[in-house]
Amino acid sequence: MDILIQQLFNGLTIGSVYSLVALGLTLVYGILHIPNFAHGALYMLGGYITLSMMTLYGVNYWLAMFVSIIAVGLLGVLLERFVFRLLRDAPPLHDKIAAIGILLFLEAFAQFVWGADFHTMNSPYGQVVQVMGLTFTLQRLLIIVAAIVVMVLLYLFLKKTYTGSTIIAMSQNREGASLVGININKVAMLTFMISGGLAAIASSLASPINLVFPGMGHLVILKAFVIIILGGMGSIPGAIVGGYILGFSESLGATYVSNDYKDIIAFILLVVILTVKPTGLFAKGER
Amino acid sequence: MRIVTKRNGLIALLILAFSFPYIAQNDYYLHMLTLSFIWAIAVYGINLLSGYTGYLSLAHAGFFAIGAYSLGLLTVKAEMNFWLALAGACVITCVIGLLIGLIALRTKEHFFAIYTLCVGYIIYLVIDKWEGLTEGVRGLIGIPAPGSIGPITFDTAASQYYLVLLFLLAVIVIMYRIIHSLTGRTYIAIRNSEDLARTIGISTMKNKLTAFVLSTFFAGLAGALYASFIRFIGPDIGSTAIMFDLLMYLLVGGIGTLSGPLVGTLLLVILSQNLQFLQKYRMLIFGPLLTLIIIFYPRGLAGAAFEWQRKRRDKKLSMVRADMHMKAEEG
Amino acid sequence: MLIETKNLTKRFGGLAAVNSVDFIIEKGRINAIIGPNGAGKSTFFNLISGFHRPSSGSVFFNGMDITKLPANEIAALGISRTFQSTSLFDQSTVLDNVIIGHRLRTKSNLADAIFRTKRLKREEMACREKAMEALGVVGLTKAADKIVAGISQEEKKRTAIALALATEPEILFLDEPAAGINPDETEGLTELIKKLNTTGLTVCLIEHKMHMIMNLADHIMVLNYGEKIAEGSPKEIRGNDAVIKAYLGGSASA
Repeated sequence: MDILIQQLFNGLTIGSVYSLVALGLTLVYGILHIPNFAHGALYMLGGYITLSMMTLYGVNYWLAMFVSIIAVGLLGVLLERFVFRLLRDAPPLHDKIAAIGILLFLEAFAQFVWGADFHTMNSPYGQVVQVMGLTFTLQRLLIIVAAIVVMVLLYLFLKKTYTGSTIIAMSQNREGASLVGININKVAMLTFMISGGLAAIASSLASPINLVFPGMGHLVILKAFVIIILGGMGSIPGAIVGGYILGFSESLGATYVSNDYKDIIAFILLVVILTVKPTGLFAKGER
Repeated sequence: MRIVTKRNGLIALLILAFSFPYIAQNDYYLHMLTLSFIWAIAVYGINLLSGYTGYLSLAHAGFFAIGAYSLGLLTVKAEMNFWLALAGACVITCVIGLLIGLIALRTKEHFFAIYTLCVGYIIYLVIDKWEGLTEGVRGLIGIPAPGSIGPITFDTAASQYYLVLLFLLAVIVIMYRIIHSLTGRTYIAIRNSEDLARTIGISTMKNKLTAFVLSTFFAGLAGALYASFIRFIGPDIGSTAIMFDLLMYLLVGGIGTLSGPLVGTLLLVILSQNLQFLQKYRMLIFGPLLTLIIIFYPRGLAGAAFEWQRKRRDKKLSMVRADMHMKAEEG
Repeated sequence: MLIETKNLTKRFGGLAAVNSVDFIIEKGRINAIIGPNGAGKSTFFNLISGFHRPSSGSVFFNGMDITKLPANEIAALGISRTFQSTSLFDQSTVLDNVIIGHRLRTKSNLADAIFRTKRLKREEMACREKAMEALGVVGLTKAADKIVAGISQEEKKRTAIALALATEPEILFLDEPAAGINPDETEGLTELIKKLNTTGLTVCLIEHKMHMIMNLADHIMVLNYGEKIAEGSPKEIRGNDAVIKAYLGGSASA
């Protein structure tokens, strides 16, 4: 019983990180229909920037995370402006290839600057706490709480502000949005900014319990794709729920099935979903 | 009679390819070229599906690995004759390809790309973790070189080069014939618009599946040749890094062109061999290159060359016309 | 009758895009389907041509139930269609675009391609001849070698019709063939449709250009909100109150 609760808690932690990454991916997909394969590299970069700020400049964890959010967000804006905008009318194949090119570059870049070694990130919240028979570090609790705060803020931004509502409008109907005078380019850049920022938050939160290395984004991005297919490509609630579902399935699978194959759970899930329903769960309409 | 024609150019290339072992001063270049030819065969497979049929597969490094491991296991563990094992490896890859294709091809566009990316990853993970069969990260060692056929043996660098060259030529001839046939036109029609293809009576699923299986066959064949050439294989040959390398060769050379896979593979393999210091960081250059190419030259070097040729021809034509016009006025 | 729909219905979510439509297409006539935007005309085409599976009801072709057949088998029976937006392959020539239209009447497969069999050569020749014939019918013989990216909108429409003709159809469904072309060209297209009809081809078209429809169609069906509100000759339709109301009132923007 204790193991089960402990694993559910772990699942919640991993799920929080997955949800944040998947949110960024689904926002970009919803608006621009780009499956951004480079999103995992943005995640990885976010981790490195936070780490460097802390180790090189002795900046505090939160400030380092803030710098990282801004930096990765701006990188997202640059990618939209100088890569994806040029490909907006190109065949869908081109977006994917361009994103893969960016991914390869960013990974090589990280390796060039920071080397191929694994780094640990020391957060100020490494204390071990015991509550009701559960043992966990404060950092894990922080991940869960911070993820919820970020999701609530994002929700308020999208629903309650004008700028946020333009994003929603554009994800529902691009032509319609441009007809009512929404500046598509601005919204696209903003979306990439948010998407990059979310990736940076996710990796900054997760790095203290994982490791920082050039390939850290690989599995995360693949799983994020599984999540947004699970939750419906472009769906925001779908990304959140899907993230938690995957988090739980993995932590339970690792305990009760096999730790070796826990990373395969997501992909088997995906293979099953797409086998049963080729357009993904919760696909809109028939066309 | 013009001397520089397409036909003469091809003959010259063939002569060069066949005499290369005599020109090359050492085995190093021969080794490198043989390896590029093997990669090129896999890239032709990806091109058939992604370039001509319009489905971007990210699982082909996985099929390459399946071909390689099948040959490795059949020769090392089952101690089968090399040629039987080669045929077996291709059959195994095709059967797995058929099963995966049946499911994967129900999805479209982005879903297909993501699905195949995950399939590729599953293949990699299975090879990596199933130590009882594949020896896991330790890799499979002691894979034999191609067995001799009568008096012909394949234990020198030159003989292996010729063997791989022959396979490559066969693949290119097959690709050429497919593209210039009704079957190839059918694939292109599917790439162009699947809805339109169905309205003109094309069974899209059947055709996509054939293209998919044939493309996995090429990948598997390349993998099997790789295993017997390098004699050692590890799970890494099925990794996404290899997949992205192959994709890069295809994109730089020209996706959806006949010469693209060969041009791109040769160029990039030779380039990265000569820029050894770059090996680790080559993606610093190749990554942006890939992105720039897809933005500005979506059909790669081969596509750019066609474009240039066409422009030159148009220019010539308009000059001829202007010339005739002037003459007509003078007369 | 060539085509008959019985109670044909298609719902998307809760909305009925086509609601229990009975329609009969007689052999050799020019039929038209009109109606305001969103009336379900294109969905109706999609149901007949096998692109959508009906929610209920059935479609018969020459008395045979084709409701559940996939699009490619329906095409093979002799039902051909064009799309509102012509999705031709821009980088290739007009002829190359049309050649593939005859593919469904050929049998050669991958093995024929790899071994360059006699059957393949024979069938390739047949496809080429059929394509040239179809281009001749639509008046594009001279444009055969032009790249599609470089031809006019009207020529693209004609190419799409030629492609449909190359499948050797008994009936041709045209989805807004005159959209986006000028009045003179519309006139030319009307003549072409008449000419196709005189060779025995049954035609059914969706069109917004009333003038063209009234002077072309033998038989018209009017759809509104997915339901058939009127049917008859152009004269009957012109005087029909329900039709006038549908076009003048409500959300009609045609």
